[in-house]
Amino acid sequence: MRPLLRLLEDDLVGRILAEARDVLLRVGVEVHNPRVLALLADHGAKVDRASSRAFLRGDLIDRAVASAPKGFRLHDVEGRETHDLSGRKVHFTPGSAAIRVLDGRTGESRKPATADCIEHAKVVAALPHIHAAATAIVPSDVAEGISDSYRLYLSLLHCRKPVVTGAFSIESFAVMRDLLVAVRGSGSALAERPLAVFSCCPTSPLRWSEVTSQNLVDCARASIPTELISMPLSGFMAPVTLVGTLVQHTAETLSGYVIAQLASPGAPVLYGGSPAAFDLRFETTPMGAVETQMIDCAYHEIGKSLGLPTQAYIGLSDSKRLDAQAGLESSMGATLAALAGINSVSGPGMLDFESCQSLEKLVVDHEICGFALRLARGIEPRDDFPAAPLFEELLREGHLLVAKHTRRHLRAEHCVPGPAIDRANLSRWREEGALSLGERASREVEKHIRAWTPPPLAAEVRREMTRLMEAEARRAGMGRLPWRDE
Amino acid sequence: MDLLREIASSLETGDDERAAERTRAALAAGVAPRVVLDEGLVRGMEAVGARFKAHEIFLPDVLLAAKAMIAGVEILKPLLEGEGMPSRGKVVIGTVKGDLHDIGKNLVGVLLRGAGFDVVDLGRDVPPERFVEAAEREGARVIGMSALLTTTMPAMARVVGLVRERGLGGSVRTIVGGAPVSADFAREIGADDYGYDAANAVERVAALVAR
Repeated sequence: MRPLLRLLEDDLVGRILAEARDVLLRVGVEVHNPRVLALLADHGAKVDRASSRAFLRGDLIDRAVASAPKGFRLHDVEGRETHDLSGRKVHFTPGSAAIRVLDGRTGESRKPATADCIEHAKVVAALPHIHAAATAIVPSDVAEGISDSYRLYLSLLHCRKPVVTGAFSIESFAVMRDLLVAVRGSGSALAERPLAVFSCCPTSPLRWSEVTSQNLVDCARASIPTELISMPLSGFMAPVTLVGTLVQHTAETLSGYVIAQLASPGAPVLYGGSPAAFDLRFETTPMGAVETQMIDCAYHEIGKSLGLPTQAYIGLSDSKRLDAQAGLESSMGATLAALAGINSVSGPGMLDFESCQSLEKLVVDHEICGFALRLARGIEPRDDFPAAPLFEELLREGHLLVAKHTRRHLRAEHCVPGPAIDRANLSRWREEGALSLGERASREVEKHIRAWTPPPLAAEVRREMTRLMEAEARRAGMGRLPWRDE
Repeated sequence: MDLLREIASSLETGDDERAAERTRAALAAGVAPRVVLDEGLVRGMEAVGARFKAHEIFLPDVLLAAKAMIAGVEILKPLLEGEGMPSRGKVVIGTVKGDLHDIGKNLVGVLLRGAGFDVVDLGRDVPPERFVEAAEREGARVIGMSALLTTTMPAMARVVGLVRERGLGGSVRTIVGGAPVSADFAREIGADDYGYDAANAVERVAALVAR
């Protein structure tokens, strides 16, 4: 059976949903975007333009949930399916939008540049348990206005996997969509085989900015999948109780569904989030907190009660280094996410409250993801009954190392980590250099970067992408890009 | 040539039937037995060993490769007798006196055979004298001892002592291994070497006979 984590009784799920609907009806949601307010008003929402507030009736919410796809698929740059975001299927993707990197060569936490984005994409390309790429690093060596589109350009040209990304402005969406269309050949081909998921974040409490609400509408109209990233902070910008935080998360997320589905019924949307238990001593948002991870798994249950595909920022660490804290927080999150069956798990590689990516940590997290995915597959009999013949063989041969049963099931039954996770005996470990976890991970990073080969994109596609990116750079006042595909 | 590559690849896929069949085909095509051995079977085994060392494949893959290697060697044996059997040397192995654990020792035996060594397996609970007598009688180059219990490890020291007493130190090397055994222990008792696992033991034996 597939092991399944449950944190909420069915009755409690129902009550949280009912309370969230009541909040949306009575308190409403602020939408600082006149076009989106008009869209809501056109479909019967009560709108107070003076306070930019929309009050969402239950039937609007019901229609949105009914028209939202109960699952959808992602495809790599070649159009091959990589994700089935439905049911309890789990996929991992690096944590997104770090503004720093922990430089594995110097040990320094610093601002990232183009080379970091490229190396990140190359390492992601090599890791099978990391199913999607992410525009995980915000490059600091380009104009701010293109730091979103440029990282997408770099990812698509260095990693064949679909990308979890997002636009930082209303204007950026167009070129990001065009980059994706360039890879697929047409907008309809892109809609048929989605290549990216855009994060769209409401602002707690109960607010949509002009940019994120417009991004949500634009993505929906282009049939580009989105993930709704509600970020209530327990005890600060949300009730201190986990249930109270869940009510707020539910209200914010449902408001996103209403906007997306009114813009384009049937638009693919992930029921996602990045809530946190606010730490009232350090004024920080610990992603490794057990309560943060409980809120993640609980809102995923609420999303699943509506039949929706889910996403969460979980499996990250707040540590500043690749240390024991990084390992334990990331392992706990990835394990819980896998047991809960969250469809898209954003986290690997991330440190320091979602602000710092580490390639070495990404490699270690990849092995953690392997364990978590194995755990989620559970225990099933495989040619195990009747048992006696195999035991007769064991006694006859003295071992089962080369038995047909062993060879048939070894690889599927056991997730073999390494080389970041060490399983050598002491003597072998010493002989192989007595390397620390970080040193082993560094070697892996360097190996993957050396072995990288570019994704198979036609020359004319790459040229078109570069043309689009250079035009966007000029729009942002940048003469030339730090890197261009030659 | 292709046939030799196919022999090597049959080891990598652990296919003993194909290894034997391709060995016969190579001989029928006029390839010298020594070339079949060195450039087909041995090369295949070396590739498997390297991949195992790099953590790319599993122990069963190595054992199956060894089995395929032996299938090929059996065919070559009668043809190579004139120019000396393709043995890298004889190794006497056993689990020491008082110890009944032989899984590790058996594994070393299979891998040694796969690597082209002649193996005389004395079994388990082997008294020190039997190790030394067998080595003398068989003209072995190496004695390999295994122990799983800390209480039986001292028997290894007695074997090493006997080898010295009988003046065999120049011709017979000793190597020890097993879960509680360490390189430090090997040094303490004066053994010539220590293998930290079965694959490593084969490498060490190869180095000992090459000295």
